[in-house]
Amino acid sequence: MKIQKIIQITAVFSLIIAASLWYSQNHGLLPVQAAEEAVLYDNLFNALIAIVTAIFLLVQGFIIYSMIRFRRRKGDDTDGIALHDNFVLEIVWTAIPTILVMWVGIYSFDVYTSMKGTDFMSMPMAHHHSPISAEQIANLAMPAAMADTLPSQPEIDSQQAPSGQLVADSSLPLVIDVSAMRYAWIFTYPGTEIVTSEMHVPVGRKVKLNLNAQDVNHAFWVPQFRLKQDTIPGITTNMEFTPNKLGEYPIICAELCGGYHGGMRTTITVQTPTEYDSWLKEEAEVASNSPQTLAFRQVLKDPTQMSDREFLTEQAQAMRIDKDLPTEIHDHIDRMNHHHMHEMASYLTSATSTN
Amino acid sequence: MTQVIERISATQPPEPSSDTTHWREYFSFSTDHKVIGIQYLVTTFGFYLLGGLMASVIRAELATPDTDLVSSDLYNGLFTVHATVMIFLWIVPAVTGGFGNYLVPLMIGARDMAFPKLNAVAFWIIPPAGALLLSSFFFGAPSTGWTAYPPLSILTDQHVGQAIWIFSIILLGTSSILAAVNFVVTIFSMRMPGMDFFSMPLFCWAILSASGLVLIATPVLAGAMILLGFDLLAGTNFFNPTGGGDPVVYQHLFWFYSHPAVYVMILPVFGIISEILPVHSRKPIFGYKAIAFSSVFICILGLVVWAHHMFTSGTPDWLRIFFMIATLLVAVPTGIKVFSWLATLWGGKLRLESPLLFAIGFVSMFVVGGLSGVMLGSVPVDIHLHDTYFIVAHFHYVLFGGSVFGIYAGFYHWFPKMVGRMLNEFWGKVHFVLTFVGFNLCFLPMHLLGLQGMPRRVAQYDPQFANINVICSIGAFILAISTFPFLFNAAWSWFYGPKAVDNPWNALTLEWTTSSPPHPHNWIGEPVLATGPYDYGVPMDEFEEESMFTGTID
Repeated sequence: MKIQKIIQITAVFSLIIAASLWYSQNHGLLPVQAAEEAVLYDNLFNALIAIVTAIFLLVQGFIIYSMIRFRRRKGDDTDGIALHDNFVLEIVWTAIPTILVMWVGIYSFDVYTSMKGTDFMSMPMAHHHSPISAEQIANLAMPAAMADTLPSQPEIDSQQAPSGQLVADSSLPLVIDVSAMRYAWIFTYPGTEIVTSEMHVPVGRKVKLNLNAQDVNHAFWVPQFRLKQDTIPGITTNMEFTPNKLGEYPIICAELCGGYHGGMRTTITVQTPTEYDSWLKEEAEVASNSPQTLAFRQVLKDPTQMSDREFLTEQAQAMRIDKDLPTEIHDHIDRMNHHHMHEMASYLTSATSTN
Repeated sequence: MTQVIERISATQPPEPSSDTTHWREYFSFSTDHKVIGIQYLVTTFGFYLLGGLMASVIRAELATPDTDLVSSDLYNGLFTVHATVMIFLWIVPAVTGGFGNYLVPLMIGARDMAFPKLNAVAFWIIPPAGALLLSSFFFGAPSTGWTAYPPLSILTDQHVGQAIWIFSIILLGTSSILAAVNFVVTIFSMRMPGMDFFSMPLFCWAILSASGLVLIATPVLAGAMILLGFDLLAGTNFFNPTGGGDPVVYQHLFWFYSHPAVYVMILPVFGIISEILPVHSRKPIFGYKAIAFSSVFICILGLVVWAHHMFTSGTPDWLRIFFMIATLLVAVPTGIKVFSWLATLWGGKLRLESPLLFAIGFVSMFVVGGLSGVMLGSVPVDIHLHDTYFIVAHFHYVLFGGSVFGIYAGFYHWFPKMVGRMLNEFWGKVHFVLTFVGFNLCFLPMHLLGLQGMPRRVAQYDPQFANINVICSIGAFILAISTFPFLFNAAWSWFYGPKAVDNPWNALTLEWTTSSPPHPHNWIGEPVLATGPYDYGVPMDEFEEESMFTGTID
């Protein structure tokens, strides 16, 4: 009798563990893995799924069993057992979860340090606090932290390396500056003239992003990379990843940034190095005479000569934003004044002149 | 204190010597804790229905991938006010002000709360604050989420709505603090002779822990709100990077309150569950001290986990690791509670009626929220899942599957005591089944949405998620419909239900030793502490240990 019980309990536990392990490998809950970080992430995630599935089955199974087994029968008004506590049992169910969560903590720490998806140890705080004029305070619609701390005169030429130079040494991380603004992403490839609204990266090469926000908080999220980083006005945040699968993946804004938040998305294209090279060359060539770059340049030269509407509409077109968007942007423009445009220009200056 | 109470009762206009509470009391500045408790419960339930209405509009909008039902600004306003109402006008005041006020004095054998007038003031802040919040819809509802992160909340187009939001949060926080002071003093100083802390019902432990959290954390929220208000209205730059402010500091201040707020919403419900399970399982609570201390432990740990809401916001690495470990550790005391409840069921005589069904539903659903919480506690896992529908699923499993199921369990359990009439059991079961099915249909698939790449707080989304969202919306409508059997049941039973006896469940806590509904002074004579709160059950030696674990008790 007693041995039978032990066998039964062992069988139930083995079944639960087997089911949990099977599920942890076959849940299909996550999207495609497209970066090395995603592989590390998924291993951790699967381990956690195994643990939580086992606990889930144990608890829910226990509840259902108890509801059937211990339901009050008709006419039975007696009480159950006066079982107040059981020291050993309580020690066990305190110790096991403690060990489990400690293990989860250590494993997570390990994965976190290997992923190094974000590195805040080196977060620059220097240009974080800077006083601004009363005039700027009066116009709260756009931040000026970047504008204040960077030279107001464009110094593009002296800073620039020949386009495509960064491709040459693929052992170095590819640095891309990301700027988030309502409701678009702008990617600047330092060392080139390329300013785009869609990100292109070569497969297998480490990419390092410097992220900034122009107005409110946004968050840069690529589900296929399992990585996300908030972009915060006035603070530069970082993110690193190594894409390992060719394809086009969404870049999604994950932090509420206003009415059109759900539409703030673009794509990242992971290409072979050759494809990436030709994209880079093409973009660099186009950059010199495309309306997009012309628009940027015009703004850089003399932003005060353009009306706000002119400026943003052109920019919106340049960024290939949907036809629906301009109404929202126009609303936005109507609330802005030239002062903000000046800041915007400063931003664009900084975007093309840094690094 | 007795002096205060006597003076107040002398000024009560409707029949001071009456044995019953006049209905007009419920619409007055009453100082009777039972009246105030019911005022809280009914008022907050009204707000719950309004919050639910907003949720229904949100789910209707999300039934299609495009923004086609409401404008995107109104959509943002709806989910902002939905969350604010559900947290500050429903769960927090219902579980502390509602159940806490009604039950704590009755459970500890007191005549009233320590400060009856303060108690009434705390309640009467709520209806105007709630009305104020809802009025924001006329001026452009606050649309920056219930988190109201700057700079968005400073640059928002809905300036007036945002200011109204800040002001109503400050008011509601004040109400919450006043109520908490009252609970702490009442529990410390007004327990009847012979009742020490360890013979107090566990609900009182839970309210004590939650009140401690409110007292420590809510002032910080008030501070954050005042600073945000200055940034918004006076052009200061506490959080505005344009003027050198730091938006991340706001997040720290906000979450220093708002994470403990989760425990304010769940600890009293843990208490409710610890009361209901023993009564309806006919067994003592398993591990009284473990449950009591785990409440205190959760309360302490709960104060040092706030930055796990900010793993992607720019916190330094060492801070993330610290908050990850602290967060994961919360699973330990929470696990102790869950396992103790399960052990309470084991070998009992489960009376599977509405109170126990909802209580078991609570345990079952809360475990899901707890497990996804452990996953989210891990920094790398959270980085992918932060601000996605996985989070939406997680906190609804904690706050709906947890808190709201627990509140319903409490309604069914204490309704006979509060009203003096029984609820209809059949409609109670219908309510449970609809709620359980609707809830899971609505929120379970959201885990998948988040993992696959759908961010939260969006009115439009990638069409690949359309089918799953339709399932969620169907679940939400079932959930909305599930409220009606309860409403009709409660309304009808309030007037026409069969009369309840003093102790319909054969429970042992003190509130069941008085009449149903209780006398305005709680007991006509002195309350008598005959047994401990959980002394159910046939002594162990009458059972063979073998039969206990094989379950052959018949």
